[in-house]
Amino acid sequence: MSSYLYYPGCSMDSSAKSYRDSLDAISGPLGLDLREIDDWNCCGATEYLGTSRTPAYALIARNLAIAEQQTDGSRTLVAPCSACFLNLAKADHAMVESPAFGEQVNAALAAGGLHYDAGSLKVRHLLDVIVHEIGLEAVKAQVTRPLKGLKLAPYMGCMVPRPDYDQRWESHEYPREFDRLLAALGADVVDFPLKTDCCGGHMTQISPPTAFEMIRRLVDNATRAGADMMVTLCPMCQMNIDAFQGEMNHFFKTSYHMPIVFFTQVMGIAFGREPSSVGFGRELVDAHPALNRIGRVEAKTDEEAPSHARVPRAKKTQGLPMPSMADYDEVKL
Amino acid sequence: MTTPAVSPPETGAGGPAFLAEVMRATPGNSRLDMCIQCGTCGGSCPSAMDMNHTPRQLFAMIRGGMRDEVFRSNTPWMCVSCYYCTVRCPQEIRITDVMYTLKGMATRGKKYPNSTAPDFSKAFISNIEMFGRSFEVGLTARHYLRHYMTRLPAIAPMGIGMLRSGRIGLMPPKRIKGMDGLKKILAKAKDLEAAS
Amino acid sequence: MSAEEKVPGTPAPETPADDLRVGVYVCHCGSNIAGMVDVEGVRDWAAVNLKDRGVTVAQDYKFMCSSLGQELIEKDIKERGINRVVVAACSPHLHEKTFRTACANAGLNPYLCELVSVREQDSWVHTDRAAATEKAKAILSGGVERVRHHEELEPMRVPIHPASLVVGGGIGGISAALELANAGYPVYLVERTPSIGGHMAQFDKTYPTLDCSACILTPRMVEAGTHPNITLLTYSEVEAVKGYVGNFTVTIRRKARQVDEETCTGCGVCWEKCPVNVIDTEFEAGIGYRKAVYVPFAQAVPKYPVIDKETCTYYLKGTCRACEKFCPPQSIRFDQEDEILNVEVGNIVIATGYQLFDSRRIPQYGYGRLPNVFTSMEFERLSNAAGPTGGHIVLRDGVTEPKTVGIVHCVGSRDRNYNAYCSSICCMQSLKVAHLVKEHTGATVYNFYIDMRTPSKGYDEFYQRLMEEGTIFIRGKVAEITQAAHSPEEEGKLIVQVEDTLAGAQVRIPLDMVVLSAGLEPQADAKEVAQLFGISCGFEGWMLERHPKLDPVATMTDGIFVAGCVQGPKDIPATVAQGAAASARILGRIQQGEMELEPIRASVDEEKCSGCRICNNLCPFSAIIFHEDRMVTEINPALCQGCGTCVAACPAGAISGTGFSNEQILSQIEGLLLRNIVNAAEREAVPA
Repeated sequence: MSSYLYYPGCSMDSSAKSYRDSLDAISGPLGLDLREIDDWNCCGATEYLGTSRTPAYALIARNLAIAEQQTDGSRTLVAPCSACFLNLAKADHAMVESPAFGEQVNAALAAGGLHYDAGSLKVRHLLDVIVHEIGLEAVKAQVTRPLKGLKLAPYMGCMVPRPDYDQRWESHEYPREFDRLLAALGADVVDFPLKTDCCGGHMTQISPPTAFEMIRRLVDNATRAGADMMVTLCPMCQMNIDAFQGEMNHFFKTSYHMPIVFFTQVMGIAFGREPSSVGFGRELVDAHPALNRIGRVEAKTDEEAPSHARVPRAKKTQGLPMPSMADYDEVKL
Repeated sequence: MTTPAVSPPETGAGGPAFLAEVMRATPGNSRLDMCIQCGTCGGSCPSAMDMNHTPRQLFAMIRGGMRDEVFRSNTPWMCVSCYYCTVRCPQEIRITDVMYTLKGMATRGKKYPNSTAPDFSKAFISNIEMFGRSFEVGLTARHYLRHYMTRLPAIAPMGIGMLRSGRIGLMPPKRIKGMDGLKKILAKAKDLEAAS
Repeated sequence: MSAEEKVPGTPAPETPADDLRVGVYVCHCGSNIAGMVDVEGVRDWAAVNLKDRGVTVAQDYKFMCSSLGQELIEKDIKERGINRVVVAACSPHLHEKTFRTACANAGLNPYLCELVSVREQDSWVHTDRAAATEKAKAILSGGVERVRHHEELEPMRVPIHPASLVVGGGIGGISAALELANAGYPVYLVERTPSIGGHMAQFDKTYPTLDCSACILTPRMVEAGTHPNITLLTYSEVEAVKGYVGNFTVTIRRKARQVDEETCTGCGVCWEKCPVNVIDTEFEAGIGYRKAVYVPFAQAVPKYPVIDKETCTYYLKGTCRACEKFCPPQSIRFDQEDEILNVEVGNIVIATGYQLFDSRRIPQYGYGRLPNVFTSMEFERLSNAAGPTGGHIVLRDGVTEPKTVGIVHCVGSRDRNYNAYCSSICCMQSLKVAHLVKEHTGATVYNFYIDMRTPSKGYDEFYQRLMEEGTIFIRGKVAEITQAAHSPEEEGKLIVQVEDTLAGAQVRIPLDMVVLSAGLEPQADAKEVAQLFGISCGFEGWMLERHPKLDPVATMTDGIFVAGCVQGPKDIPATVAQGAAASARILGRIQQGEMELEPIRASVDEEKCSGCRICNNLCPFSAIIFHEDRMVTEINPALCQGCGTCVAACPAGAISGTGFSNEQILSQIEGLLLRNIVNAAEREAVPA
């Protein structure tokens, strides 16, 4: 059993319930022991960072402080939400980089009787732990019902691959680790060029047309890539693309139907769980037609999703050779 | 998009002092003074089309000491924190962090553009400072009632869908146990920031 | 100008054994030294407190390095019998030679002169006047103590072998080789690939004249290939370098071409008949093909083909042998072996050039993923009439001509995420590409740039010409190149997303083709090659010149020169100039027949050497030899640069150096600590 300190974040019990349920379901099989820290507070998302330096970082650092206090060995703090993960990592990084600022944050924490030794915890996103610690071999070993035939678009979002203070991912722009995880579940992973583009975050509240355009780009690109579903690792991304897809369609007078679920959910069904037990059914853009195509749904609907037509490729002629990508893994990105 | 006008001397607090102020308020070394105005940030930004000024333009204005125009710009509020600019900047400037700083400075100076962003921010913040957790339904409802009354009918299906699947709760979140401590921490933090 | 009062006090700790008459000269250097150090005070102090140490003359002057300053020294030597000189001024790097020459002119052995730095080591780095002045006194005192132990030395003279080695057969190496050969001296020109020509052979046209690159290069190539004084060693590599300036022994491996050069006529039947088609990643930049037996290009010098053992069917499976079957003069030799050659040369020029930045490192530009994104080198091959498309500029499908083309500047350059430096040639190259596209296809051309760098003769005029041709210039560093369309108009195109900084808006430009002006980088093995020759590379990987402003072709190792892009990105005229400059230096040496070397050398006292060999691997200049038969170490005085590493390392203290003997160094330390000062009060001023 690998034991980690766990910071769930505000969405897990509300908009991202499916993430929570599916994570619960797969933790056991993966040997993942997540210990929720007691009495954590909201990380402030992107809002609180825009107030001022010390209060913003102190708000986040309170969580680091209590996590450090509550550990019984593990020095790794895991967060499933991209924004929470980045905020926690950012605060730790800022305090380490500038000891003077770190002292200032600790002076604020002291007013609440708390203290955090900058750099003493490793902050990691849930996907990072599953891919790099649990490992793809261990994941593959749990797959009893491979997702063959299910075309997935791996949507990693922006805050996990960037800025990536600890350099966990191979590229800020085009990382393939998430693709490999989904491939390990037996799925057909499509080439999704916008995989690290932003979903718009809180723009749905601040400037809806901007948000709708950003959501539209992602949904359009996934559709053209031939995906049956998008898979994500962030509650905000899932909410934007799922809950706001209807409004987006209304705004642009389009009729996209691109379901988006959490990666733990597809892991769950690949591990043999019933879809409803890992949160399927809560999404507003119904994923069941896609599941139907690979025969994996309980009688919710008989409708089978049409296979999305891909953009026709140019016919292969006797053209010029492409640059070799054979040694791409050694290229310093 | 507005064309920034030349700042008249009366606006005060111009010149290199403004750039220094912005850099001081940003954690770590933002390297904002190393900008070569190449435009990578403006080219990368997914919301640039809706900004008054591209990020690059805003930095040129900061260097020009155009304080008022910078605060009146909606640019920092339209930033989605996607960090494309930060990782691509050839001078390794921490652009996203600078955007956060500008939001804070604009709010404190009570000068910001006519946009719903600062208001949303305030609502979110007050929830945190009351409960220690965020309160999505309350936040969204309040925000829509204030700003997007006409959109309420359009958003109704989404709201109902979310309610049905249990993805939003109507009740405010339970206050964290350490709320008093958190309040003290934030108060102290605000004092320290003001003094630094 | 000198003071003569005697200070009553205790006698000197040590009576001078010989008739030493030391002259000390403290320089003001304008206000560089005098602004922080009380120069007159130091002079007076020396006259009084160092009198017992042999100082008979103490002077100061505004600029010691001036003619009048030097004359001061010369006069004192001639008229006052000064036989040791200590100058307290700037760093020896600058004027040690000046003062030594002044001494020599006056008849005093130049190595009896010592220059101590009270500028770089004192006035320039401190802000406390009083402390800086005390420090200057201590430095001067150290110099006086040291110079008491100096000996008269004579510089070494070594003969210069008239042959030279040029490594790298690009335009830089060819230029250097031709200069030397035309002056009548033998040259070995070594090139790693099967033909000389380098990158210049790959280009289509050269800027700003738009000369056909091969047309101006090939005459030089032929000249180099047929010159009686040039021994052309292609498909060869340097394996080892021994020796020192004027006397290098170089081991060269001539890789087996599998072709008998005596009989091969270069007729080309072998590559015609060869059934194996391979993507040519070298000369054709990966967009063309060659056979397993090939010459890199039609005008190759020499004309002999080479068999690529990694793709040839015979070497892989033992069958085929078509080339051998059809070769008219029967020149194929499958069993040919590499040959090792040892040559003696006096000087070496390294001109190994550059490699192109790997554009796959920038995923958001799509190179390697999106078919119609090309690098500048791929473009050169498209545009070149002798290239894989016969000079037709077409998309990756090999057929379609683009109607809209974008050229991206600064790919991998001026970017701290990749290479922070500017690659110097890409702005001009991008303009050239723009012109060629327009000329070949009439397409609409966009150049995306940050700054327009067109400094040399005819360069800015070329930029004006491109504007006249209707090129659209957008000032903005390209953020992304993508095929993800935002709207129907963008479908099927490459979209360049960039901020038009001059207009102040983000724009998305749909294009058929994009050319990336990739930057220049040091060759992948530059560090290893540099080490082979005993020189070093800078932080960015370019080989280090002796002085970036005043000595850009020499290196810190005598006899080794650098020319062309190996020393840093530059265009063809600069490369040719550097090649010629290196040759000129070498010719000067050869004509003198011998060379003077600094006598500052370490030497081993064989009686004290125990043969422990600790020093053997420490020498950065490979100057240490071990004699197995006698079990003692010897130091080669010609290679030794007097760094002192071995002296410090020797546990037996068996190594000493002329010019930095133990006595000299220990005395200098005593002097620095003012332990030589008679006056107790002065001595106490220095903390123990």
